[in-house]
Amino acid sequence: MGGVTRESLEEAFYEFIKVVATRIPADVYEAVKRAYEGETNKLAKAQLEAILRDMEVACAKSRPICQDTGTPYVYIEIGDDFPLRSEVADALISALKRVTKEGHLRPNAVDPVRLKNSGDNTGRYIPWIHWELVPGDELKVHFMSKGGGSEAPSTLKMIPPLRGWKELAKTVVEAIAEAGPLPCPPVIVGVAVAAGADIALTLAKKALLRPIGVRHDDPFIARLEETILEYVNRLGVGPHGFGGYYTALDVKMEYSYRHPASFAIGVVTSCWATRRGSMIVRSDGSWEITSKHLAPAGDGCRVE
Amino acid sequence: MEARVFRLKTPLSDSDIEKLRVGDIVYITGLMVTARDEAHKKVLETLESGKSLPIDLRGLVLYHCGPVARRRPDGSWEIIAAGPTTSMRMESVEAEFIEKTGVKMIVGKGGMGARTAEAMRKHKAVYAVFTGGAGALAAERISRVVDVYWLEELGIPEAMWVFEVEDFGPLVVTIDSTGKNYYQERMKDVKAKVPSLAEELSKRIQEILGEARK
Repeated sequence: MGGVTRESLEEAFYEFIKVVATRIPADVYEAVKRAYEGETNKLAKAQLEAILRDMEVACAKSRPICQDTGTPYVYIEIGDDFPLRSEVADALISALKRVTKEGHLRPNAVDPVRLKNSGDNTGRYIPWIHWELVPGDELKVHFMSKGGGSEAPSTLKMIPPLRGWKELAKTVVEAIAEAGPLPCPPVIVGVAVAAGADIALTLAKKALLRPIGVRHDDPFIARLEETILEYVNRLGVGPHGFGGYYTALDVKMEYSYRHPASFAIGVVTSCWATRRGSMIVRSDGSWEITSKHLAPAGDGCRVE
Repeated sequence: MEARVFRLKTPLSDSDIEKLRVGDIVYITGLMVTARDEAHKKVLETLESGKSLPIDLRGLVLYHCGPVARRRPDGSWEIIAAGPTTSMRMESVEAEFIEKTGVKMIVGKGGMGARTAEAMRKHKAVYAVFTGGAGALAAERISRVVDVYWLEELGIPEAMWVFEVEDFGPLVVTIDSTGKNYYQERMKDVKAKVPSLAEELSKRIQEILGEARK
């Protein structure tokens, strides 16, 4: 190949965003399937069954999993020697506009001042893009279509450090209990401890990118994730609030070093329709989706 | 206990509605009309100013939904995804909406509050949930777009869509016409568990941190 161009990059993003909108990540599908198989509460089981069928219909017909196709969050790791720089955002925005125009994404970007929907999922600061400069000549893109309903339980607490961890337990359990059925449980919960308010919420949200069941590298954080998950599920909110075991499919935790005087706690959730994906683009223009998704196979859909 | 299942056609009558109880499952055939935040405002403003609505909502099903829709080459609409949106956002205006429009059933997700439940008791209506997020599944049950109002002004998700649906469901009734509110009662139980679970979780966290700091 003759090297990556602005056009080839847009084409790759276009295909990538379509996959994220219509094919649920394999880890999410399998987690809901396990929940369905283990659930004994009938109303909860019926909800999980509808969720699985929805994921399968969306995949088979190449349709959005949920009508709320979310706010586009993009996490980019760009290599020092990747040939394109600021054009990456430009290509991404063009791709997003095309995917929206073709009806794969609902236009969700609204100007809060003029109350006007841009109609193409782009606008001031949207897509929301995080940049990270890394060694090498590759481009890695993580895309998340973040549903609006599951933004509701987002919580930020600035706690005196002596009470920090005690308050963390209460903050998480309370946020999930208060939200009840609103964020479309079973959810994935992101939790972070950090030096500042913005860091806590950013890290909590970024933690949602890690697949279900994949634990944090730090063994103590990994144990905290498992323990918090157990207690969130003991609340008994259940799928769409109908009781049953699964209020959360997983808890993802992250932390930064904190300031001696501050202990910021961030809690976010992502609905069962957690849509995220990862791709890599090489300098020669070749690219691939590196995340696993539900995919059409024969007359149905299967995990790749 | 097995849930009772009802298959109902619009327009819905008071006697259709009075049969339904919290926990029942309903499938709807007929007309469902969407409205989210802005369309609620628009409907109430229109009626306030003495004008009539583009469609008579009496006996119909109001659906809290902002669909993904695509225009076919022949100009007709194809609904790509159409699951429910969070109903609580409409709580402040829903009692008035029920009273003034005569809708008999509201479909959404996440439940509604005390004022809506009271209006449902008074005006004989029910609230039911469709699986939140299941937008592709919902679209399968929409056979046709009959009309769309205020599209230019409000945009695709906020416009008022009139869907012809067939066996749209399963819808689980969570507020019935006696004013019983399933979610409100359930969530009271859930919230009651918070203090003891938080206390216990806090101890477990301290144990893990104790090991980390050895």
